[in-house]
Amino acid sequence: MMRYLTALRAIVLREALRFVHQRERFIAALVRPLVWLLVFAAGFRAALGLSIIPPYQTYITYETYIVPGLCGMVLLFNGMQSSLSLVYDRETGSMRLLLTAPLPRGWLLFCKLLGTTAISILQVYTFLLIAYFFGIEMEPLGYIAALPALMLSGLMLGALGLALSSFIKQLENFAGVMNFVIFPMFFLSSALYPLWKMAESSPLLRDICAVNPFTHAVELIRFALYLEWNPWALLWTVVAGAIFMALALWGYDPARGMIKRKG
Amino acid sequence: MSNGLRVESLTFSYGSKKALNNVSFDIAPGRFAALLGPNGAGKSTLFGLLTRLFTSSDGKIYVAGQELARNPRQALGQMGVVFQSQTLDLDLTIRQNLTYFAALHGLSGKSAAIRIDSALERLGIQDRAGEKARGLNGGHRRRTEIARALVHNPKVLLLDEATVGLDAAARQSITDHVHQLCADDGLTVLWATHLTDEVYDSDRLVVLHQGQILADGECADLRGDQTLKDYFLAKTGGAE
Repeated sequence: MMRYLTALRAIVLREALRFVHQRERFIAALVRPLVWLLVFAAGFRAALGLSIIPPYQTYITYETYIVPGLCGMVLLFNGMQSSLSLVYDRETGSMRLLLTAPLPRGWLLFCKLLGTTAISILQVYTFLLIAYFFGIEMEPLGYIAALPALMLSGLMLGALGLALSSFIKQLENFAGVMNFVIFPMFFLSSALYPLWKMAESSPLLRDICAVNPFTHAVELIRFALYLEWNPWALLWTVVAGAIFMALALWGYDPARGMIKRKG
Repeated sequence: MSNGLRVESLTFSYGSKKALNNVSFDIAPGRFAALLGPNGAGKSTLFGLLTRLFTSSDGKIYVAGQELARNPRQALGQMGVVFQSQTLDLDLTIRQNLTYFAALHGLSGKSAAIRIDSALERLGIQDRAGEKARGLNGGHRRRTEIARALVHNPKVLLLDEATVGLDAAARQSITDHVHQLCADDGLTVLWATHLTDEVYDSDRLVVLHQGQILADGECADLRGDQTLKDYFLAKTGGAE
């Protein structure tokens, strides 16, 4: 057991050290949601009228609405970016180093996932802090209640990235993933507009949004920030996370050999 | 229980293309074995299988007496690997890189620190432990990777074209060093290369070509009166 924890600590610490050395990346990752919040949302505020929907008990501004979605955005982009780094690591070899450690491969991958999720969560809280200074406040205890929701969502999205990284043969293919995974996942979700609003324009799009795991991750975070309980979103996020993790394990299984490369 | 490395009837295909065909060899404990083969001979595939990056259902691999497929963790725990591509975290110091690796092998705290110091000393880089890997030249990066591969006191050391990209002096120095490690510490070494000047006469030589073993024996015996280069070119049809 001790061996498992030693490895976990080392892998998380390595992610933390990488993060310290890549401050530019941290700032860049923060700029993205802030641009959405301060520019995009300001523009859309007038165009979109939001009625009172749970967990909100009063009318809210559009900026307030999209904050949980932007938290999800940080997790989504980071999850994918870390899988990008996995594809890169695999090409350069440090992933090989990790995989030759005498521990179950599933555990090693989970440790890696936990490390990147922890860093993402740090970014989310920095984003929430900046949003706070711009007057977008949540329930004070909501900031704490959101932590497990952020953790679960981060793990789920990270597992998706991990699964994708095992199936992508080369780094170049990753641009395709950005276009075909990240953007559709983000736009076809409740991050930017509530589902009932989507239904007004297209019930089909609404249905697609409703099955998108990212929608549920965002709703889980949204409800937690307002100290509300959303078991349905929780279930979706956990089930999707388990499926993605299983896919990742399958992809990285040495016998399946998805990471086989021509010698 | 043997501390060597044994491969039995190993076969592996990428789709319909056979990359390794019935490869077998047995390296006694404490021997330096050179796996010599031209590019594309199947060396990297063999390393992929030896390090369990992927597996094959045809054939068996024993590392220090442990069967890799049955006891992967015990087998990997006895193995030190230096990969062809560099795997150091360039933003971390040498010591941080080794500490990370030690932890992956379940070593931490004082016992890890002692082993790291000893591994660095063996490779003659202990005075640079606090430097970032980025600041090291190619030769020293390789030394760091070899030191790292020794931190957990493995019985078998695998090196996949460890001198690739190094200048002649660094190449010579690393080759000598690993030979010395083998002689001093009784380490079993598998050294994959396509360069004949890295193989000594006293080494065990395994020639791999097009996925098959063409020759296996003491280097001096195999090459006879020819230079190793001529022998190798004749064997592999001038494929170097």
